[in-house]
Amino acid sequence: MATQIRIDAKGLHYTSLNQKIRAAIADGVKEIIIDNVLGQRFIGNGIRGDDVTITVNGVPGGDLAMFMSGPTIVVHGNADHAPGNTMDKGNVIIHGSAGDAVAHSMRGGKVYVRDNIGYRGGIHMKQYLEKRPILVVGGAARAFLGEYMAGGLLIVLGLTGIPPIEERGVGSGIHGGEIYVRGIIDKNNLGVGAQQIPATEEQKTMIKPIIEDFAQTFGLDSVPLLTSDYSRISPASARPFANKYTWE
Amino acid sequence: MCGIIGVIDKRRQSVDGAKIKEALSMMNERGSGEGAGYVAYGIYPEYKDYFALHVFFDNIRENKAALDTLLEKWGTIVHDEQIKTYEQPNIRKVHTPWRYFFRPDRSLMPKSTTPDEDIVTHLVMKINAEKNGALIFSSGKNLGVFKAAGWPEDVADFYRIQDYQGYLWLAHNRYPTNTPGWWGGAHPFNLLNWSVVHNGEITSYGTNRRYIESYGYKCTMFTDTEVVAYLIDLLVRKHGLSEKMAVRAFAPPFWEDIDRMPPKEQELNRAIRLAYGSALMNGPFAICVANENTLVGFTDRIKLRPLVTGEYGDRLYISSEEAAIRRMEPDVDNIAMPKAGEPVIGRVIS
Amino acid sequence: MTIGSIPLRFKVDIDPDQCMLCGRCVDNCSYGVFRKDGDAIRVNSRNCVACHRCSAFCPRDAISIYEKPTDYRSHPVWTREVRENIFNQAKTGKIVLAGMGNALPYPIIFDRLVLDACQVTNPSIDPLREPMELRTYLGKKPSSLSLKESADGTVELITKLSPNLQIETPIMVGHMSYGAISLNAQTAIAKAVSRIGTFMGTGEGGLHESLYPYQKNMIVQVASGRFGVDINYLERGAAIEIKIGQGAKPGLGGHLPGEKICADVSYTRMIPEGSDAISPAPHHDIYSIEDLKQLVRSLKEATEWKKPVFVKIAAVHNSAAIAAGIARSSADAVVIDGFRGGTGAAPRVFRDHVGIPVEAAVASVDAKLRQQGIRNKVSIIASGGIRESADVAKIICLGADAVYIGTSALVAMGCRVCGTCYRGQCAWGIATQKPELTKRLDPDVESVHVENLIHGWTLELAELMGAAGINSIESLRGNRDRLRGYMLDEGLLNVLDVKTVGA
Repeated sequence: MATQIRIDAKGLHYTSLNQKIRAAIADGVKEIIIDNVLGQRFIGNGIRGDDVTITVNGVPGGDLAMFMSGPTIVVHGNADHAPGNTMDKGNVIIHGSAGDAVAHSMRGGKVYVRDNIGYRGGIHMKQYLEKRPILVVGGAARAFLGEYMAGGLLIVLGLTGIPPIEERGVGSGIHGGEIYVRGIIDKNNLGVGAQQIPATEEQKTMIKPIIEDFAQTFGLDSVPLLTSDYSRISPASARPFANKYTWE
Repeated sequence: MCGIIGVIDKRRQSVDGAKIKEALSMMNERGSGEGAGYVAYGIYPEYKDYFALHVFFDNIRENKAALDTLLEKWGTIVHDEQIKTYEQPNIRKVHTPWRYFFRPDRSLMPKSTTPDEDIVTHLVMKINAEKNGALIFSSGKNLGVFKAAGWPEDVADFYRIQDYQGYLWLAHNRYPTNTPGWWGGAHPFNLLNWSVVHNGEITSYGTNRRYIESYGYKCTMFTDTEVVAYLIDLLVRKHGLSEKMAVRAFAPPFWEDIDRMPPKEQELNRAIRLAYGSALMNGPFAICVANENTLVGFTDRIKLRPLVTGEYGDRLYISSEEAAIRRMEPDVDNIAMPKAGEPVIGRVIS
Repeated sequence: MTIGSIPLRFKVDIDPDQCMLCGRCVDNCSYGVFRKDGDAIRVNSRNCVACHRCSAFCPRDAISIYEKPTDYRSHPVWTREVRENIFNQAKTGKIVLAGMGNALPYPIIFDRLVLDACQVTNPSIDPLREPMELRTYLGKKPSSLSLKESADGTVELITKLSPNLQIETPIMVGHMSYGAISLNAQTAIAKAVSRIGTFMGTGEGGLHESLYPYQKNMIVQVASGRFGVDINYLERGAAIEIKIGQGAKPGLGGHLPGEKICADVSYTRMIPEGSDAISPAPHHDIYSIEDLKQLVRSLKEATEWKKPVFVKIAAVHNSAAIAAGIARSSADAVVIDGFRGGTGAAPRVFRDHVGIPVEAAVASVDAKLRQQGIRNKVSIIASGGIRESADVAKIICLGADAVYIGTSALVAMGCRVCGTCYRGQCAWGIATQKPELTKRLDPDVESVHVENLIHGWTLELAELMGAAGINSIESLRGNRDRLRGYMLDEGLLNVLDVKTVGA
């Protein structure tokens, strides 16, 4: 049985494409290469298989790997809206940039974006027990990064020649999890309920293996990344909105 | 209450209209003298390729010019004339019946697969909804509806229906309740080649009307029966179902029966009920519906109204009462009572 | 405090002649009203919420509870409630949090609609002796069928049907999450719906393992917080419901405070114990109607197009147009939650002032979908303030396919509509996670009550249909001719497409 197959996605509807992917996984294929992807949404939606790797050559549509539980998807190209949406387990590696709401409500696994992401990256990521989602962005992020964040780890490195984040609402409403940004961000850009404190050595040690893994994945030199200063953005209080209400 | 009759000669031999009149009059106990009507198929052989539009004008001088203009806009009036009537002491002639033979200009409905029929349907719906002193009550080819407020024999004599040579007839003796006895409210109801007579009440009318109106039909006659004509036009002409399957949709098997069917049949009947749930007809009814080739009779699913069938040679008779059938054909065979919800179908052979 | 203490809401009296000092009231009250003091039971009426747990368990009927024992100077504008809200906010400067459904005395449209019955022109049907069909299918229906009919009479179905939910009564139990209500309460409902052959919603709280045996009667919810949502959860549900909004608080998300996230709730929601569960106001992957379509299709892709996907919206002014958008999204049903819908906690100002009644919303949604020729694309599920079988019949006449009940099911389990669910102290073990309280609710016993209620309503619905001469619920649906408006204004009659009584 072939452990690798190639699928030509040219002109293929996403439902047919996903059916082919599911059929291949069911047949025991471990490596699926999809060529000529252009705009197909939902690639890898809800699929399982910890040892399966899917390579996407082209530009996939939105909700890549949504609800995915296990496989690794590598994209050679930019991704659209919300890759890793409500993802459970597995990896999404994007050799390019991605759109808004990257890793929306993600609950496990990791999403690496080599370049930049759009607005509301990592919004409402959450964690539970051993499930701790990780989003690492090589370049820069736009406003409302980590909004509503309830858990997990979000790192922005600022490697594309622009600062990691220069827009408002960072960690707005954050009540769990943590965001690391290389350098510091303007405090006016901190969202409601978020605080920024320079990362301690201990914290930097914690993120070190992740940064090394990221650098290795994209063939980057990890040394300057490891020697940089980082800021940690975290909840100012565990219950930022606890005192909003009075009983009738 | 109401009395209904349907007759078809499968070899298209003419059935005597005078007999239909007598049979219908036999059921005067079922009526109230406020409405009766007949439809006969095969009566306009010289104009059989054109739509025969029967119209009630409130006033010829005031209302006819506008209709002529509209018809000319949508096609050609091949011929038109007043429908001959003969004064009856018990019929007050509140309308002037007129007939047009009309050829639609199909280039005006380029996207339709049935442009002629769609144009005529559009015109019928439009004219009847506008209520500008004109009502199109018959719109098929080679057929005509003749109806008025009155007793069956008076209405028959008013039009001298025995002068028309038809191979398929429906007739109706009305006892109005939900809407007053007006000419437009008398049966049969007709759209294109579909005609309907109905005894009973369609309690699901509110559901059926909203369903059919979402497909562009307009219920304008203030009575439940007209939806039957539109529903059958939709299911048979537009959706391509057979008459038998259309009746299945109108009076489908109960779920408990469907649950006991073999899987494929279950699937089919479930699909019919899912797709056509809003076309299901509830309430007490016995209905005869016809087109140029077919006569179909059926009742509601729990048999709340009577329906009797009989055969003689090439003829199928359907009526509310056996006596009416025997008045038309004393030697009738195979008198039977159809099963609730299941259609009795007679088709022309040639 | 210059405002001083406000008058008591409830006064609790114990009849000393009847009281035998058994102390059941002390044990049962979770709000601290009663205290045993030597030979007497002392009462602190200020703590009472009128949940009736005490009087229900008093063996001697010794306890009486009076509402509003102190009068304010009456005034039609400056009502007691208005004044007390001002006191509250003057003291705290906060948003007033309230429970249950809309508490303002708006006229109830249901109570101004009357049903029809047969006399002479059509016969009424006895549902005990003749067939009466309440079976309903929820989901997308084909607009027409393609059949292959052969000369030998065999008929083959060409059209492929979309998955539908089959229910034996048009009454389902709506989404009340584990967290908002107790697991025992959810279990009771789950047992009831699976015995009846209907469905319940999980709410946005995940699906507890102990409910897996009932999963084929569960509609799993995906709301903006995505709590408890993973592929296993989606695959377990019989259908998936996207919650956009809720009738009790349209335009708002949800907030389950950390103190309600006990170990077990934390497990099903998949968030740490004690952390707040915040559901954002919008879904942050839905900012427009085409995004909704994307989520609908994403859920369908993930579950291989095997499950119906419902979309729930709060009834708001523009519901009809929104529903028309939903009908085009591949969704299979739209749930319209009216402004009387219940909730564990909502800002009072939203609960009482935002949204529209479900009757008007359903009528306009049904009409709009018909007008656009897309009524077959979605089923309509009505919820929010369905109190009895007559409401079910009326809303079906107005165009709904089925209803969700919520508060009614809770009342069947003991809820007295005290409206303080947000305090987590529910003495009936319903809206609480405290083990000493939740254990009061026996799922087996209460499942019978919920089942009885739905069964009773179903019988009544069959009787109402039979009296109207209808033996199949399809013929009731959207049959507004079977309704008449009593003392409704012309504008509303037009919206409802119902004639006035006498017409």
